Amino acid sequence: MEGTTTMNRRFACTTGDLDPGESMTVPGEVKIALHRTEDGEFFATADTCSHEEWSLGEDSDLEDDELICPLHMARFNLRTGEPTCFPATIALKTYAVEVEGDDVYVVA
Amino acid sequence: MSSPDPTLDTANDTRKVLVVGASVAGVRTVQALRSAGFTGVITVLGAERHFPYDKPPISKEMLSSESTGEPVPLLTEDDVAKLDVELRLGAAAVRLDPAAKVVTTEDGEAHAYDVLVIATGASARNLPSGEGLAGVHTLRNAEDAVQLRSELAPGRKAVVVGAGFIGAEFAAAARAWDVDVTVVEAQPIPLAHILGDRIGAELGGLHELHGATLMTGVTTKRLVGETRVEAVELSDGRTLPADIVVVGIGAEPATAWLKGSGLPVSNGIDCEASLEVTGFPDVYAAGDVARPLHFLYGEPVRIEHWTNANDHAALVASSILGTPVPRPALPYVWSDQYGHRIQIIGLPSRGELVLTRGSAATGNLVAAYAGPDGVLVGALVLGNPRMLMKCRKAVMKSVHHADFERDLPAAS
Ligand SMILES: Cc1cc2nc3c(=O)[nH]c(=O)nc-3n(C[C@H](O)[C@H](O)[C@H](O)COP(=O)(O)OP(=O)(O)OC[C@H]3O[C@@H](n4cnc5c(N)ncnc54)[C@H](O)[C@@H]3O)c2cc1C
Ligand code: FES
Repeated sequence: MEGTTTMNRRFACTTGDLDPGESMTVPGEVKIALHRTEDGEFFATADTCSHEEWSLGEDSDLEDDELICPLHMARFNLRTGEPTCFPATIALKTYAVEVEGDDVYVVA
Repeated sequence: MSSPDPTLDTANDTRKVLVVGASVAGVRTVQALRSAGFTGVITVLGAERHFPYDKPPISKEMLSSESTGEPVPLLTEDDVAKLDVELRLGAAAVRLDPAAKVVTTEDGEAHAYDVLVIATGASARNLPSGEGLAGVHTLRNAEDAVQLRSELAPGRKAVVVGAGFIGAEFAAAARAWDVDVTVVEAQPIPLAHILGDRIGAELGGLHELHGATLMTGVTTKRLVGETRVEAVELSDGRTLPADIVVVGIGAEPATAWLKGSGLPVSNGIDCEASLEVTGFPDVYAAGDVARPLHFLYGEPVRIEHWTNANDHAALVASSILGTPVPRPALPYVWSDQYGHRIQIIGLPSRGELVLTRGSAATGNLVAAYAGPDGVLVGALVLGNPRMLMKCRKAVMKSVHHADFERDLPAAS
């Protein structure tokens, strides 16, 4: 069978589906937010803000390597998921992203 | 939060930090100090007996028939244990002697400190005749919400004095209980002083849309009733029968206890951009009570917003410890009314309305404000968090409103 990474990986979108500076929610058992920075790099985090209930894939903002939640302005480091300002105090889970050709996968 | 900086010896810092005020700014300051690695003694004095709880739900969730009406805690008992903080509740500070570095509480106990953080917030203004009259409420503490909630029942008559955010949030919560609501506002248009006539009228219109009556350009003359309020007499001679009166006419910084301390207190406590109280090293102010030199506006600004209290907590901790200053943020506030989320970024009052899309009635409104030079200074959205984030970036980058409008997608 396939290796462990491919076993848990989920097709998210094609590179053309997500513009730089945008985010989207990848459906599945655990919802994942996929982000693409202005520089074109992909990152994946938990979809729900660690402060209250808010879908970061549907609505959030990217600034350099930070993710901002529009509800109360918590910020998270995209690479580590660590909060960088209040009100969040809990890190977002992060997930690996694999890009193969035009296809983008998240590894859950 | 950010991990401790190994070059700063926060772990061997033995200063004793005293925080006065156990709400948003006070509690977050403790969290920020600890997450930066500070291991000294921290004591927090809180006037209220309640375990620290969050304030915005007071006029929202706590009044909803769908909630239990319990306060929303700011942290857990477990968090308090982990933070290793001495939390003294029901201990109001009554005096400060900055020369001796001592704060005295109501019960006469003296608390010595090396560093003091003042986070006493603000208290709600009442009508002079409202004090001690049953049925008249202000909304600032958990107790206020519990009492007010117990008075909500279908068909009762509520008069709301002031159509600001707290008055409007109460009106919305009361309509959901089928309370008969009348909102009385002194200005000809609600919120006009901060949002201008056009957007003030949009938001004011929500009351009528949801079955509340809005009376503008009129003030209250007198509350009628011996021990319990029965009616409100208005400046134009009309009298409104009332079972409940909610007074939402703003708040005053809670600085009365600093009388005689010599601290620079006018409208709040004057402090530097670092939040150090001007002329008083080792004394800091944070949250609603603080009036610091604002990084963006270059003048002292006191802000009564929740994220501001959070930002101040992080900043005060960095000023105390000498750790890197957190990234400055724009003023931001939200409000929940009649099922709509309203969000404001920047300070619209520093500009004029330059762009409007949608309407409050349709549940999607965007309004942007620019200064005399055409540069965006603030924005309001209703039901459109995505646009809020676009506006936030534009205000942060001082974009001209014409450039902003040109780049807007036609449908937003
Ligand atoms: C009903 C309500 C709804 C709100 N809704 C929103 C919203 O939707 N969005 C938003 O952005 N902001 C909102 N705010 C504003 C926001 O909650 C405040 O900006 C924030 O709570 C400020 O925090 P603070 O810690 O500075 O002050 P406060 O929250 O006022 O806390 C100060 C604390 O200090 C205590 N204290 C006072 N004097 C003393 C003393 N002498 N000794 C010891 N303790 C003392 C008080 O008991 C209080 O607990 C709302 C506020 C209220 C009251
Ligand atoms: S829900 Fe994200 S910051 Fe509050």
